[in-house]
Parts: sequence; structure tokens; C-alpha cells
Amino acid sequence: MVDAPSGNADNNAADAFLQAGSLKHAPGPYFGNYGGRWMPESLIAALDELEDTFEKAKADPEFLAQIADLNKNYSGRPSLLTEAKRFSEHAGGARVFLKREDLNHTGSHKINNVLGQALLAKRMGKTRVIAETGAGQHGVASATAAALLGLECVVYMGAEDCRRQALNVARMQLLGATVVPVVNGSQTLKDAINDALRDWVSNVDTTHYLLGTAAGAHPFPAMVRFFHEVIGEEARAQILDQTGKLPDAVCACIGGGSNAIGIFHGFLDDPSVKIYGFEAGGDGVDTGRHAATITLGKPGVLHGARSYLMQDDDGQTIESHSISAGLDYPGVGPEHAYLADIGRVTYEAITDSEAMDAFKLLCQTEGIIPAIESSHALAGAIKVGRRLTEGKANPSETVVVVNLSGRGDKDVETAAEWFNMLDEEGKVKGTNLSTRKPKGPSDRAATEAVPATSVPAAHHAAHDAEDNEVQN
Amino acid sequence: MTEQTASKSAAAIDRARDAGRSALVCYLPAGYPDVQSTIDAGIAMAKNGADLIEIGIPYSDPVMDGPVIQAATTQAIAGGFRVESVFDVVAGITAATDVAVLVMTYWNPVVRMGVDEFSRRLAEAGGAGLITPDLIPDEASEWFAASEKYGLDRVFLVAPSSTPERLAMTVKASRGFVYAVSIMGITGTRQAVSSTAEKLVADTRAAGAERVCVGLGVSNAGHVSEIGAYADGVIVGTALVAAIRDGGVPAVADLTKELSAGLIREEA
Repeated sequence: MVDAPSGNADNNAADAFLQAGSLKHAPGPYFGNYGGRWMPESLIAALDELEDTFEKAKADPEFLAQIADLNKNYSGRPSLLTEAKRFSEHAGGARVFLKREDLNHTGSHKINNVLGQALLAKRMGKTRVIAETGAGQHGVASATAAALLGLECVVYMGAEDCRRQALNVARMQLLGATVVPVVNGSQTLKDAINDALRDWVSNVDTTHYLLGTAAGAHPFPAMVRFFHEVIGEEARAQILDQTGKLPDAVCACIGGGSNAIGIFHGFLDDPSVKIYGFEAGGDGVDTGRHAATITLGKPGVLHGARSYLMQDDDGQTIESHSISAGLDYPGVGPEHAYLADIGRVTYEAITDSEAMDAFKLLCQTEGIIPAIESSHALAGAIKVGRRLTEGKANPSETVVVVNLSGRGDKDVETAAEWFNMLDEEGKVKGTNLSTRKPKGPSDRAATEAVPATSVPAAHHAAHDAEDNEVQN
Repeated sequence: MTEQTASKSAAAIDRARDAGRSALVCYLPAGYPDVQSTIDAGIAMAKNGADLIEIGIPYSDPVMDGPVIQAATTQAIAGGFRVESVFDVVAGITAATDVAVLVMTYWNPVVRMGVDEFSRRLAEAGGAGLITPDLIPDEASEWFAASEKYGLDRVFLVAPSSTPERLAMTVKASRGFVYAVSIMGITGTRQAVSSTAEKLVADTRAAGAERVCVGLGVSNAGHVSEIGAYADGVIVGTALVAAIRDGGVPAVADLTKELSAGLIREEA
């Protein structure tokens, strides 16, 4: 059950790089050999404008006060740090603490980043934001921030993902966003990013691309991390408060890596703290059906950054697979690639099956339904807890912090299917409730104007934006 | 611009200039519908008035391309296209014609093969150089070294959004010609060519460029004629891809002939 760490993890190497200076606040554009700007020239001016706006905002007390106010009075920060006592028994007896990003408004860490970027969009005088989404979490968060700040919002979502996450499509539409189903390529997250980039290059004067993860071209990786640093800062203070010491390990799940870089940031300069990132192992890393980008990928350039990448011998991107749509991405943020190479963070793969076991365990030991993404971190924490307590007389001296990046409401259907809770018609066994079958149009369908997944309105939308009375 | 080995692209543009017209640059993706068709179509374009040919490498994530080129390159990959086939296409066209043949590619396939290895094989196949839509000079140190070593042209893009500083830097980094994108957008046919293109060409020349070609949205002889009046070359892509899709090599030959007619100047 206790696996050896795969690859480059020697936490004793911590001292070596810490002598060279702090790892926190790495400004980009490069993280070692990774990062940069592998982007069309057409977008460079917009990236420069964004970088300039971000750097000024970061140093502006008024902006920082705005962020702090929204974090406190809108998102509900600080998020709790909850000790998971019954769950801990399964992690070798190590004390496991959960950083409760699931309790934020919209149900995940995503809100931290979208509020920050939407404020920057306003500062740049942009009237429209576009976003990509996989499962819909970042799309919902983006639509939320856009509604709050009076921005037009268009979300690109793979057509396949739209079908799988119809409820989130409806959520975004209720929040006033337009959802554009992406029918190119594999019709999933990476293709949604491609279409968002195509929209951005065509509408860059009015539009900010609200990228959802700590990846992409500079300044996105450093900027997205900045807005999520609050996770790590809070967690560090809370664990010191509750246990009187730093944790032995910090665990997070990694897709693009934004929740992870946010919590890691708080502990990067604490050499005694081991840091672990858990990638989606899908059906298993030997099967080819996974999203274990750092574990098995090779360096390359995709979506604006040099980083690890799932690619074939020709440099074509390979489709990733994971039960968790939020981790189903064939790339990873460049700062993670760097932290892997220097050995500061250990990256390992967790299979669908391991993640779903941890999902159920947290439900039934703590009364918390976690996102399947976050369940990868929980499964990892079980392994790490067992590893670190092995042979120890008093395992409860070992403390592990897990970033519970999101709640699992969105995943109930997937979980019900996984745990064989549905009958052949997709109904929850013993009930008439279907999780899958459409119930037909609502009664008011004929009179209500909320469109079903609608026409790609990107181009005229941009032109209309200037005259839109809803803007403020 | 470095000119220690003669630039094949520059020479092709200069030949057209000597004939009193702009150069016609024709694009097709390799392997659509198959490799031999791309070679045949390339030869047909050369025989019907193309001065330079741009062969695209189908790539899984073509963020600068519109639906027509995406559909073609997706089909090529699904049909088993391998990157190294592009060298066969280049060699096949250069063996039969005297046009300059450039490869247009997103950067990751080059990184994967190795920048030096890719460049060596391209030069061996008789290629003129690379057009790199998602590689800016800021990130191109490996490509500078390899292109110098093998005498290949570096065609970077400039856009209406490029600042004067970036124009100057990109012009200096380029070899052969500079690719001016006519509009802020992606590939695809359009009704009219934006007036920003003419200003961009003038600004790029003012920044020191000797040869500037205009592409994106150029789809018919009228566009070619309009742009040919002020640019050193006119680049057509999507319209040719639609032609090979709908009518095969003969349709590509016909369209090329029609486009090249747009470059004939009465007074020249």
C-alpha cells in the first residue's frame, strides 16, 4: 500500500536550494527552464498590458484592500482549517487537517483567482471576460465574478463536457454568462482553451482572458498564484495556531495546479515541511489513460508556456483521462515543473480508484463530500500519512495538511455511477430519481428566454459590448 | 538581417519585384488529404504563379487557425500524418520546381524533434526556412542558432498590436521576410481586408524591414490585387485549403492561377 515516491523527490535537497534564496514569490516569466511566452505576437501587447496592470495593482493598497474585502465579505474567507479525526485513523494515525476551500462561495478555491482577475479587467477598462472550463467550476466562478462586477462573460466549454455537466451550463447561464460549446479537437478542456485564445486574439481590445489555472503565458502563472497565495498563508497561520508547529507534510491535487501552488506557497520556504502534489493517474499510469503530466510527460510548449506536457513522439498533445474533469488536462503550470525538477515538491499519481475510495472515506468519516479533484489529495494524504508514521511509536505527532480545494456536490452523479448506486436506467436505485435522463423541458420553457447552450456569440458580442447598458 | 547564406525567400520575393509585382505566397497543410496530394498541389501552385509555398505541419492545438484549416489538419492527423513527412513534401516540391518552400509550424513539434535536428533535415530537403506563428523572437534563442547554422530563413510575425519597439526587434530578428498579419484574429476567409494591414506594412518597413508579406483573411484575386499594391508579398491560405478540399489539385491550380492574375499590374 505504501508506494515509493516516483522520481525526483528528495526532501533533503531542501537545504540546498533554500541556501540560494527564497522560493516564494517567484516573479516569472521563467521558473528555471519553464514558463515564458510561447504565444502569437498578436497577443503580446495584451500580455504586456496585463503584466503592467497586475504589477501596479499588487503594489496598490487600494487594490489589495478591495481583494481583502471581497475575500472576507463575499467569498467567506478565511476558510476553515478542520481536523479530520476519524479520517486520520486511515492515514497511519497522523493528524490530518483539511484546508476548507470547499466552503468558499461557489464551492472551490477558484473564486480567489476570478475575483482578482475580474478586478484587473476593470482596471484595464475591459468590458468583457472570456474563460475556459472543464467540469464547469471555473466557468461558474468566472460567471459569478462577472455578474458581481458588471462584466459580460463568455465561457468556452467542450461539447462533451457540456453534456456531462449540463447543470453547470445552466448555472453559468443563470448567472448571465453565454456558454459556447467547443466542437473542435477532443471537445474537452484543452480545446476550450484553444477556442478562448482564438476569441481573445480577435477581441483583445475589449476582452480579458480570465484563465483558470496557474499555467499559460507570463504573467498568468505568477498572477494566478498571487491570487491563491491566501490559501497557504491562512493555512500556515492556522496550523501553527492549532498545533503549535509547522506540519510535516502538505498535500494538494494537481491539474493545471492553481490550488496546489496557492497552498504550497505558504510552505515553500519551510525546509522541514515535505510538499506533495497528486496528479490524476486515471486508469493507472501504465494504461496510457491518465493525466499524470509531471510523472510521465516530457517538456514542451502548450498554451503559452514551456512545461511538462503529455505528448507523442511528434509533439502532438495526447488526450488526458481522469474521472475528475478538473484534473483532466495534458499540461501543468510551469512553476510545478520547476519545483519537480529541483526536488522541492514530490509529484505522484493517484488512480481514479484510489481517489474514489478516499472520496467515500471522507464522506463517511467526516460528513464532508469532497470534490473528486480534492479526493486525489486525500488519497495522497493517506499514503503520505502511512509513510511518515511508519515505525513511529506516536504517530499522532505527525501532522499532514490537505488542501480540500472544492466540494463534491457537482460530483454526486459521477460518484453514484462509480459506486453502483444507479439502476440500468440511470435512476438512483429504489427511487424514481434519475441523475442522467432529461426530464423534458420545463413548463416555462416557451416563455423564458434563457437559451440552451447557445450560439457562439463571441464576435458580435464584442462589438455590442460598448453599447451595453448593463455595463457599469 | 543576417545574409551570410543567401535567403531563398528573399531571392524569390526579389525575382517577383524585378518582374514588377508582389510575390504570391501559397499555403497548404501537409498530409491533407494525403502527403502525395500535398506534393502534387505544391507543384501545381508553383506552375500556376506561386513564388513561395508555405507547407503547414498539422498540429493538435492550432490556436491561430480558423475552422477550415483546423478541419483539414485534424483530418490529416487522424489519417496518420507524421511530422517527418513534411520533409518529403518539401523535397518533392523543390525537386520539381524552383519556388522557395517554407514550413509553417507551431513550435512544439519542432521542440519535440529537437530544433537542431529539425533544422538540419529541413535544410537537407531543400527548405527555405520556417514561419513560426507561436514563437516570438524573445523565446527563439535555439532557433537563432540552428537557422544560422543551416542557412534557414526565420519568418516571425508582426501584428497590428505590435508596439514600435517590438516591430524593430522582430524585424531585426527576421530573415527572408516579415509576416504581417492583416487583422487581429485567426486564419479564415473574410469579405474585406482590413485597412490596418497597409499601415502595419508601412510601420514594419519604417522599422527596417526590406520585405514584408501580408497574410490572414486574404481569399480572392481582389484582395491579392489590393494588398499587392503596397506589400512585397501576399499570403493566401484558407481559400486554397477550401479549394483542395472541394476540388482537389485541379481546383488548387485554378485558384492559384486566378490569384496570380491579381498581381499583374497594367502599368508594369
